[in-house]
Amino acid sequence: MSTGTKKNKKTSSNSNGVPKLKFNSGWEYAPAPESQSHIQLKERYDLFINGKFVKPSSGNYFDTINPATEERIAEIAEANAGDVDKAVSAARNAYERVWKKMPAAERAKYIFRISRMIQERAREFAVIESIDGGKTIRESRDVDVPLAANHFFYYAGWADKLDYAMPGRIPSSLGVAGQIIPWNFPLLMAAWKIAPALATGNTVVLKPAETTPLTALKLAEIIQESGLPEGVVNIVTGFGQTGADIVNHPDVDKIAFTGSTEVGKIIQKAVAGSNKKITLELGGKAANIIFDDAPLDQAVEGVINGIYFNQGHVCCAGSRLFVQESVYNIVLRKLKDRIETLIVGDPLDKNTDIGAINSKTQLDTINRYINIGKKEGADMYQSSCPIPGKGFFCRPTLFTNVAQSNRIAQEEIFGPVLAVQTFRTDEEVIEKANNTPYGLSAGVWTDKGSKIFNLTTKMRAGVVWANTYNKFDPTSPFGGYKESGFGREGGLHGLSGYLKVKTFTSKKGKTLR
Amino acid sequence: MPLVKERIVVPDFRFSPRVDQVGIEERASRFTKRSIKKESKVEGLKLVLSMIDLTTLEGKDTAGKVKQLCYKAKHLLDTYEGLPTVAAVCVYPSMVRIAKKSLGDSAVKIASVATAFPSGQAPSKVKIEDTKFAVSEGADEVDMVISRGKFLAGEYNFVFDEIASIKEACGEARLKVILETGELSTFDKVRRASDIAMYAGADFIKTSTGKVQPAATMPVTLVMLEAIRDYYYRTGKMVGMKPAGGISKSKLALHYLVMLNEVLGEDWMNNHWFRFGASSLANDVLMQLVKEQTGIYQSGDYFPMD
Amino acid sequence: MSKTVEKKSKLSISENGLEKISPKKRLEVLKTYKIYIGGQFPRTESGRYYIATNSKGDQLANVCLSSRKDFRDAVVAARNAFKGWSARAAFNRGQILYRIAELLEGRKAQFLEELIKQDVSKTQAQKEVAVAIDRLIYYAGWCDKYQQIFGTVNPVASSHFNFSVPEPTGVVAAIAPQENALIGLVSTISPIIAGGNTCVILASETKPLCAVSFAEVINSSDVPGGVVNILTGKPSELFSQFASHMDVNAVVYCGNDELIEKEIQQKAAGSVKRVFTYRDVNWLSEKGQSPYYILDLQEIKTTWHPIENIGGAGGGY
Repeated sequence: MSTGTKKNKKTSSNSNGVPKLKFNSGWEYAPAPESQSHIQLKERYDLFINGKFVKPSSGNYFDTINPATEERIAEIAEANAGDVDKAVSAARNAYERVWKKMPAAERAKYIFRISRMIQERAREFAVIESIDGGKTIRESRDVDVPLAANHFFYYAGWADKLDYAMPGRIPSSLGVAGQIIPWNFPLLMAAWKIAPALATGNTVVLKPAETTPLTALKLAEIIQESGLPEGVVNIVTGFGQTGADIVNHPDVDKIAFTGSTEVGKIIQKAVAGSNKKITLELGGKAANIIFDDAPLDQAVEGVINGIYFNQGHVCCAGSRLFVQESVYNIVLRKLKDRIETLIVGDPLDKNTDIGAINSKTQLDTINRYINIGKKEGADMYQSSCPIPGKGFFCRPTLFTNVAQSNRIAQEEIFGPVLAVQTFRTDEEVIEKANNTPYGLSAGVWTDKGSKIFNLTTKMRAGVVWANTYNKFDPTSPFGGYKESGFGREGGLHGLSGYLKVKTFTSKKGKTLR
Repeated sequence: MPLVKERIVVPDFRFSPRVDQVGIEERASRFTKRSIKKESKVEGLKLVLSMIDLTTLEGKDTAGKVKQLCYKAKHLLDTYEGLPTVAAVCVYPSMVRIAKKSLGDSAVKIASVATAFPSGQAPSKVKIEDTKFAVSEGADEVDMVISRGKFLAGEYNFVFDEIASIKEACGEARLKVILETGELSTFDKVRRASDIAMYAGADFIKTSTGKVQPAATMPVTLVMLEAIRDYYYRTGKMVGMKPAGGISKSKLALHYLVMLNEVLGEDWMNNHWFRFGASSLANDVLMQLVKEQTGIYQSGDYFPMD
Repeated sequence: MSKTVEKKSKLSISENGLEKISPKKRLEVLKTYKIYIGGQFPRTESGRYYIATNSKGDQLANVCLSSRKDFRDAVVAARNAFKGWSARAAFNRGQILYRIAELLEGRKAQFLEELIKQDVSKTQAQKEVAVAIDRLIYYAGWCDKYQQIFGTVNPVASSHFNFSVPEPTGVVAAIAPQENALIGLVSTISPIIAGGNTCVILASETKPLCAVSFAEVINSSDVPGGVVNILTGKPSELFSQFASHMDVNAVVYCGNDELIEKEIQQKAAGSVKRVFTYRDVNWLSEKGQSPYYILDLQEIKTTWHPIENIGGAGGGY
C-alpha cells in the first residue's frame, strides 16, 4: 500500500465493552497500479478554436499538475480576451453557416460518433482524469467516463426529436453557448454541457477548470476525429478571467455555469440587462437522513458514498448526516468501522477509495474547516489509515456533537468531512434539512414507502435520493433549488436551457428571445 | 479476548433488521473491484486453501472415494513447498469413520453433514440421532440444515429450538448451521435466519447445501457477515461463516476474502472462523499459485484431480 | 501405360455451353436462404420452398416456405426472450439498435446488390439502404426517451403518489410490407424492439432476400436470440396463424387488403390481441418513423403509493 506514517491502530472497545473489530491490519493489499503506458499525452496543449489547436495570443502557458505527486503533467495555453473573441466568432460562424442549417438527424450522428469514440478510448480518458484531478481510477473508470459517453449518446438521440419535447411549441436553438465547468468531474461536466447544447443545435465555447483541463482537451481531439464541423465546439483554457471574458462577450447567447455559489452570483449579476439566457448549477450542503427503520448497513454505505465518494468534491454531497436518535449509537459504530476500511492513496492504484484532494488551495480550505469544527466544540473522528507523504491528501473525517448553527453544518466544505446531528421526529428533521440557503440534493433512508414520499415531497431540493445516494443517469434531471442554482441538466428537462421556447413581446411589440 | 456476555437477551425474530437488496448488491460488487496482486495474492491464495472444506456429498460416495479425498486433503500439491492443508473434509455420517482412519492425526478436521441433509424434512428425533451418530463416529464438526419449511411458515421458535437441541447433541463438536439461502429467497429472510441460528448457539452459519441453486453469492454472504458483526457487538461472541457452492474460481474466492477482511476484520481471517465449501476450487487455486511462481498460465492436466 | 486417346465430343462447339466457362475461373458459393428463429438459422421444418423471382422472371433463390409449425417455434423463442429483453436497461437497447445500424452500414454493398436483383433501381436502392440505417438510429435514440414523453405523474386528489409508465406488451407478430422490402422490414421491427417487445416477422413474399440478410445483421449485433425472429413465406397461408395464436399479444399488419385486415381482427379477438394496420405508409419518408409506432405496442401501468403527511403544515400527528 502507500508509504507514510501509520497511526496507532485503535483497539479500544466500544461502549458495550466489546473490543472493536480490527481493520487495516493483517492482510494488506499490494499496490495495484493502473497501467499508464498506453495513454498519449502531449507536453503542451494549445487552445482548440475553429477545429484546430492554435497558440494563445499572449504566448502564455500555465502548468497543470498531478495533485497526488505534485509533479507537472503538461503546459496549458492561457486564453486572453482576444482568444475568447476568436473562439466566439468561430462558434458564431459555424452556427450561422453550418450547424443551424444541418438536418437534425445528421447532427445527431456526429454526437453519436463522439459517444462511441469516448467508449473506444475509455481507459485512456479514465487514467488521464485520475492523473489530472486526483480522482481514483476506480471512479473515473467505472463512473465518470461511462456516464460521459452515455450522456452524449442520450442527447444525440434528442437532436431530431425536439418537436416532441416541448408540447405546443416548435423549439429552436439559441446560438452560441458559453460554458464554464468545474474541476470535480472534468470530463463528465464537459459532457453535461456540450451534449445538450449540440443536440439542440447550438455551438459551444467551453472553458474547463484550470486545474483539470486535460480530459476536455482530449475530448477536443475526439471532436476533431469525429469530423464535427470546425467551430461547432471550441475549448479555451485559462483562469477565472477567461471565464469572465466568455460571460461578458456580447455575442454569446447563453451562459451555463457549474461551480461555487459565490461565482454563480457574480455571473448572474454580470449578465443582468443583457438578453443572455443563463443556467447555474452551484453549491450544496445536502442533508442525508437516516430513520430508525432504515436498512442500516445499506444506509451507512449510502452515507459513505454520499460524502467520501470523489473525495467529497461533489456539489450534491451528503455532507450533513441526520440520524434518528434511537439508532444513533449503532449507526455511528457502523460508520466508524466502515471508515476504517477506506483506503486513501495513489489515485492510480485500483484499490484506492479516496484519492488526492484536487489542489493545495482546496486542501487548505478543508483543513481550515476541520479546525473551525474543532473550535466550535464538535468532536472529530478520523480514520487511522496511512496517507502518502507527498501530494494533497485528507483522511475521511466526521464530526459528532454538531449543532445546526455550527459553521461546519452551514457552509460547504467540499471535502471528505461529514457533520453528524441527531433528530427525534419527522417534523424536526424536515425543518433542519431545509434550514439552509442551499437546495441541491437530499437523501432519505427508511423502509417505509409512505415516509419516503412524504420526505421527498417536503425536501426543498432539486434531487432527492431515497434509500440510495449519488446516483446519476443521463435521463435523470439534475439541478438545484434556491442558492444551489436554477435550470436542470439531464433528461427531458435538460433540453429547455438550450432552446427558445417562449416568445415574449416587449411593450413596443418587439419580439425578444 | 472478546467479552462474552453472561446473559444474552434473545430478540423477537419477527422484527429483525431490514436489508435493502439494491444496496447490498452494490456493496458486494464493490468488493470485486479490489485488485489483489503479487505478495498479497499469494498470501490470499494460501489462506484460501487453508480455508477449504473439501467436500463429497453424493449418493454414489464409496469408501474408495472418501479415502482418495482424504489423501488429497493432506497432499494438495507435493511439488510446491510450504502449502497448507485444507481445513477439513466434509462427508456424510456413514463415511466419517473411514475419513477418520484415512486422516489419522493430520490437522485436517472431519466435518459431517447431519439432520437429514440436504432437505431437513425429518422429525427432530431423527435429526438428533443423526447428529449423535456422526459425532460418535469421530466428527469434529457438524453441518446441520434448518427446517426451511417451518421457517417460511413463520415458526421461528421451532427453528430456534431445533438448532439449540442439535447444538446440545454435538457435545464438543462445532456446529455449522446451513440456512439454505437459495430457498429463503429474500435477503430479509436470510438476515432473520442468521440471527435465529446465532442466538440458538451456532458456531458457524453457512449459506447452502450446494444442492440448490442459487448457492453462495457475494451479496448473500455479505448479509450474513453483517449479521455476525451485529451479533458480535451485541454479545461479544464470535461466530464463523461458510459460503458453500458455486465458488470454483480463485478470483472469486479472493473477492470473498476481501469482503471478509473489510466487514469483520483481521480476527476472522483464519480457518477457525471462515471456510469455503468447495470441491473444485482447490485445483484452481493451485494453478494460480503455480502461475504466480512461474509467470506461466497453467493447464488442468498437470494438477491431480480428486 | 497406354497412351490416352483424346475423344472428340459428338456435339459441335456451338451446341454446348462449355465455351462460356473459362476453366480457370473461381466458382462462387451460392447462398442458402434460411429462416431465423431463436438466434439460429434453421430451414423450415416443412421442407417446402418457393422460388423468388424478379419481374423478368429470373430465378433469384430457393426461399423457405415457412409453415405454421415454424411460426409456433418462433413464438416460443420470442416468448422465452421477452423476459430478458424487456428487463434490459432502455439505454442498453438503444446501444444495441445503434449497433445494428453500424453493422448494416458496413454491409451496405451486399444489401444494394440484393435490392437491385429484386427490381430496385440503383439510386432507389442507395436511398433505401441509407434510410434504413438512419431509421435504426432514429429508434435507437427513442429507446430511453419515449417513457419521458408518454409516461406521466398524475396529480390525484388523494394523498397518493401516482404515476403511469409504458410497458412492453409482449410478443408481437407482424406481417411486413410487401413493397419497399428492406425499409419496410426495418421500420416494422425497430419500434417493436425499441419498446422492449420481442417479435416474429413475416418478410415480404415477393422480395424476401433482404430479410434473410437482415436477420444475419441482427444476429451479429448483440441482439439476444429470440428477440427478433424472421420467417419467409406466404401471408395468405400464415396470417390467420399470426392472428389466432394464443400466446401472441399484438398483431401488426402492413398492407392494404381490407379482407385480410378484417379476418385478422376477427381472429385476434379470440385472445383480445391488440391489432394495428399500417396502410399506405410511405416508409421511405419521414412519415415512416414516429414514437407513436412504439406507443402502439405498449401497455400503460399506473401505480399508487400513499404519501404520509407527518411534519406537514399544521401537521397534527
